[in-house]
Amino acid sequence: MAQTHRSVAPLLDIELIELDRAACCGAGVIAEHNSVLDAILKVKADTDGSIGVRCSCQQGICGSCGVRMNGKPGLACNTHLDEAARRGAGTGWNPPDEGQQQETVVTVEPMGNMPVIRDLIVDMDAVHWRKIHRVTPWLINKEPIPEREYIVPHDNMVDVTQTMACIQCGACVSDCLSMEVDPEFIGPAALSKAYRFVGDPRDAEHHERLKDLSEDEHGIYDCTHCFNCIDACPKGVDPMSQIMRLRRVAGSDFDIEDRNNGHRHERAFVKNIRKNGLLHEADLLPDSYGGKLDPHALPELLGSLPTIATALARRKITPKTALLHTHKAPKEVKALFDEVDGRETRNELNLYVTGYEDDPVHPPHTDEPTPLEPPGPTEAKDDRSEQTVGAADREPPAETSAPTVGAEDVPRAGAEDQEPPTSEEQE
Amino acid sequence: MPSHDVLIIGAGLAGQRAALAAAQTGASVGVVSKVHPVRSHSVAAAGGINAALNPEDTWESHAFDTVKGSDFLGDQDAIEIMCREAPEEILWLEHAGVTFHRDDAGHLGTRAFGGASAARTYYVADITGQAILHVLYEQLLKHHEQLDRYEEWFTVDLLQDDDGHCTGAICRNLRDGHLEVFNAKAVILASGGAGQVYQPTTNGLIVTGDGIAQAYRIGARLQDMEMVQYHPTTLAGNGLLITEGARGEGAWLLNAEGERFMERYAPNKLELASRDVVSRAEQTEINEGRGFPDGTVALDITKVPRRRTLEALREIVNIGRDYAGVDITREPIHIRPGNHYIMGGVKTDTHGQTNVPGLYAAGEVACVSVHGANRLGANSLLDTLVFGRRAGEHAALNRARHTTMPLTRPARVEDTERYISSIIRREPGGRRIAAIKEELGEIMNRYVAVFRDAEGLATAHETIRRLKEEAAKAAVDDRGAVFNQDVIAAIELGYMLEVAESTIVAAEARKESRVAQYRLDFPDRNDGEWLKHIDLSRRCSTSS
Ligand SMILES: Cc1cc2nc3c(=O)[nH]c(=O)nc-3n(C[C@H](O)[C@H](O)[C@H](O)COP(=O)(O)OP(=O)(O)OC[C@H]3O[C@@H](n4cnc5c(N)ncnc54)[C@H](O)[C@@H]3O)c2cc1C
Ligand code: SF4
Ligand code: SF4
Ligand code: FES
Repeated sequence: MAQTHRSVAPLLDIELIELDRAACCGAGVIAEHNSVLDAILKVKADTDGSIGVRCSCQQGICGSCGVRMNGKPGLACNTHLDEAARRGAGTGWNPPDEGQQQETVVTVEPMGNMPVIRDLIVDMDAVHWRKIHRVTPWLINKEPIPEREYIVPHDNMVDVTQTMACIQCGACVSDCLSMEVDPEFIGPAALSKAYRFVGDPRDAEHHERLKDLSEDEHGIYDCTHCFNCIDACPKGVDPMSQIMRLRRVAGSDFDIEDRNNGHRHERAFVKNIRKNGLLHEADLLPDSYGGKLDPHALPELLGSLPTIATALARRKITPKTALLHTHKAPKEVKALFDEVDGRETRNELNLYVTGYEDDPVHPPHTDEPTPLEPPGPTEAKDDRSEQTVGAADREPPAETSAPTVGAEDVPRAGAEDQEPPTSEEQE
Repeated sequence: MPSHDVLIIGAGLAGQRAALAAAQTGASVGVVSKVHPVRSHSVAAAGGINAALNPEDTWESHAFDTVKGSDFLGDQDAIEIMCREAPEEILWLEHAGVTFHRDDAGHLGTRAFGGASAARTYYVADITGQAILHVLYEQLLKHHEQLDRYEEWFTVDLLQDDDGHCTGAICRNLRDGHLEVFNAKAVILASGGAGQVYQPTTNGLIVTGDGIAQAYRIGARLQDMEMVQYHPTTLAGNGLLITEGARGEGAWLLNAEGERFMERYAPNKLELASRDVVSRAEQTEINEGRGFPDGTVALDITKVPRRRTLEALREIVNIGRDYAGVDITREPIHIRPGNHYIMGGVKTDTHGQTNVPGLYAAGEVACVSVHGANRLGANSLLDTLVFGRRAGEHAALNRARHTTMPLTRPARVEDTERYISSIIRREPGGRRIAAIKEELGEIMNRYVAVFRDAEGLATAHETIRRLKEEAAKAAVDDRGAVFNQDVIAAIELGYMLEVAESTIVAAEARKESRVAQYRLDFPDRNDGEWLKHIDLSRRCSTSS
C-alpha cells in the first residue's frame, strides 16, 4: 500500500512498500505503469482531499502537473513511481550506482524558481507566463497574407513543430540554473517559444525578434548551457538547443552582435583551424575580438595577460610559438571546410524526428526500456535531411478512395436504403 | 463587479474562438476558465480537423458523409453551415500561425480518417488540438487589450433576471476563494463535455459537464443526451486515447487469434469504418471470447512504416512507452472501446442561441446538432471553431449591441456564498467524493455504454438517485479558501450526476437503436417513430 503523509507542508512523501509487486496504488494497477500522479490522487481520494495539485489529462499533454520528484522536475502523470524512486531521494539528477539499494520513498515537492501558492501548486503567472509574454508570443504575419495558405516547406513545419510541442508545464523553468542566479532571465520555455516564431517562415520580424533577444542582457546570451532544461523537458523540446539555434541564426544570418562574443569566437576558431590545422592560441584571442588591431581587442588582451603569463611560465607556449605559428593545415582539413562551405543551406539538427527507416529491427518487446528519447546533443551529428521522411512515406497508406461511408457498414438491415431526410422532418 | 458585453465561460477551442470573434467586432469580452486556457481538454485532440479545402473535394461530400455518419439524426442545415465554412476556418487558423502539416510542395497536407470519403483531415503531427489551442491562446495574448482573461476562475452559477434572461455568472477565484458577479449582455457557454461521468474515459479530470448542468438548471433545453460516443481504441487500463490517426495511417485491429476481424464486420472500410461499428465489433469479439484475457483486442501499428510512426504518431509512441510499456513501432498494443465524446448537450440554433435569451452555447457543451447519433472523427474540432466563431459574432453583434448592461442584486451572491459554505461546513462522516464518482463511472460504463437495455438503464437510474443523496452529504476535508479543490470536486460531482441522469432518461425514452444508442431490446433503427431528437428540460421531458 502507498503510505503518504504531508511532513512539512508543502512536501508530500509517497512511500512505496512492496515496490517489486507494486500494489502501491489501489486495485488492479501495477506499479511500473503507475504514475506519481496516480499515487497523489489515490491519497487525495482516500485520505486527504485537501492536497493541492493541478492535473487534468493524466497523459502528459495538458501541462498541469509539473512538480519535483526526488529532486528532479517533471510531470507527475508521466513519471512512473519506480522510476521516480530510482532517482533516490536527494540525489537530484543522478541515478543510483549499479547495485545500489533502490529508494522506496518518492518525495514530491513543488517546482522551483516559482513562488508556491499552496502544496504542489506554484504561481506560474508570476514567472513562467510573464516570461512568455516577454517574447511577443504571436505570429507577426508576413505581408501580403496569401488568399490560401502560406507555402511553407514541409521540413520547416516539422522543425517549428518541435517547439510547438511545448506544453508550458514549467519543468524546465523549475531548475534553470541561470534563472536561479538571474530571476529576470527570459528562460528556457519562453526562448523556445521565441524560436517557434523565428523558425516560422510566415513570421515577418525574425530580425527584430533576434535583435531584441540578443540585446536584452537577460536574453539568449544569459543561458549557461547547464542542460537542466533538456533533462527536465517531458516533450523533447530541448529548450537549450533552441536557444543555441537562436544564437546561430542571430549571428550567422543576421550578423547580430553577440553580447558574450561567442559568435566571433566561434568564427575566429574556425578561421584559425582552417589556416593552421592546429589551434594557434595566440591568434585566437585577438581574432575573437575582431583582430589584433580592433579597439575591442586591447582591453581583452590586457585582461588575459595573467593567463598568458601562466601559460608561458608553464611552457604551454613559448614566445616563439606564440608569435610564429608554422603549422599549416593539411589538405584534408581544407577539403572538409570547402565541403561545408559549399553547402547551400546550413544544416540544423532537428531533434523532433528520431529513428530511421533502416533501423535494425529489434526483437519484439524486451524488458530493456527502448531508447525513444531524442538523441542527446553530444550524439547529434546527422543533418536534417536524413532525419525527415521521404515523400513516399508521407502519404497515408490507407485506402481513401472507397466511396462508401460509415452508415453502410452498420450491421443492420435497411441502413443503406434510407434517403437522407431533411432537417424539418427530423424535428 | 466585472462587466462585459460578452462573457465566455470556458477557454478551450470553442471559448477562445468565440472570444476572438466577439473581440473582432469591438465588443468588450471576458473569458473565464477554471484552468489555465492551454490546459483545456481540447489540448488532447490528436487526430486532426476536417475540411473540404482541396479543390478535388467538395463541402457537399463532407456534408453527405457527416449526415450519413450521424445516422441521419444530425440537422442538415447546421451540417451544411459547418461544412461550407470549414475551409475558411482552416485558412484562418493557418494565417494565425497553426503549424499544419505540409506536403512536398509546401501546401497543406491531409490524412484519411474514418467515415470520410476523401482524405480531408488537416493535422499537426499528432498534437493537432494542442497546436490549435496554443495558437489561439497566442492570439488571445495578442488581443489582450480587448480581452480580459480570468484564468483559474470557476463558474458556479449562471445568473438570470426576472424575465428569464441570462445576465452573467457567479464565479469563484480559485486562488483566494472569493466570489464575484460577472455581468454580461450575453453569455456564451463553452465549457466542454462530460466524459468524467464515465470510467474509463479519454477525457481529462476537468471534463465534468458543468455547463450542461448549469444551463439545465436555469431552464435551457438539452438535446440528444443519449448519444454518447465510445472510441474504439483506448488503452487498456486507463482509457488513454490512441488516435484514429493510427488507423488512418494503416494500423490493423487483431483479435487474440491474430485475425483481422474487421474483415468480417466492414469488409470495405475495415479499420476505417465509423467508430460505433468498430467499437461494437471489438466489444463483440471480447464478449464472445476472442479477446485477450485483460478484456481487450490488439491494435497493430507495426503495419505503419516506423519512420512515419515516429513523425506522425509521436504522441502515441510516448503513450505506449509511458503507460503500457510497449514500443508501438515494434509490437501491437492492447486496446478496447472507451467513453470519448458526447454528441448531445445544450440545444442551440446555428448561431449558438439557446432557448434562454442571452445564453449561447458552443463546442462540446452544445448540441447544434451536427453530430446526431454519431460524430465522425475530426469533426468536433471543426464544430467548436465554426460554431464558436458564429456564437461570438452573433452574441456581440445581435445581442450585446441591443441590450443594456444588466445589474445583479448583490443578494444573489449571498445565495451562492451560502451554498459553498454549506459544503465547506459539512458534517464529517459522509462517503468520499472519489468513491461516489468511481461508482458513477462504473455504473454508466456497465449499463449506458455501447450496448443498452431497459433493465440495465433502470438499474443505472436507481443508482444515480442514491448517489445524488450520498453526494449531498459527501465528505469534504478542505476548509480553506486558497485552491480549495475539494469544494470544487463536490460541486462538479453534482453536475456530473445531473448529466448522467439526463443521459439515462433520454436513453430510456429512445426505444430504437441508432449508432451510439444501441438497445439490445430494440435492436433495429425505427425511422417511422424515432427519426427525431429528444429534448429535456427541467420541469418535464418531451420529444420535439
Ligand atoms: C483524447 C481526445 C482526442 C480527441 N481528438 C479529436 C480529434 O482528433 N479531432 C476532433 O475533431 N475532435 C477530437 N476530440 C474531441 C474534441 O477535442 C473536443 O470535443 C473539443 O476539443 C471540445 O472543445 P471545447 O472547446 O468545447 O471544450 P474544452 O476544450 O473541453 O474546454 C472547456 C473549457 O471550459 C472550461 N470550464 C469548464 N467548466 C467550467 C466552469 N465550471 N467554470 C469555468 N470554466 C469552466 C475549462 O476550463 C475549459 O477551458 C478529442 C477528444 C479527446 C478527449
Ligand atoms: S541550459 Fe540554459 S536555459 Fe537551459 S536550464 Fe541551463 S541555463 Fe537555463
Ligand atoms: S520546454 Fe518542455 S519543460 Fe519547458 S515548459 Fe515546454 S514542455 Fe515543459
Ligand atoms: S495531468 Fe496533464 S500533463 Fe500531467
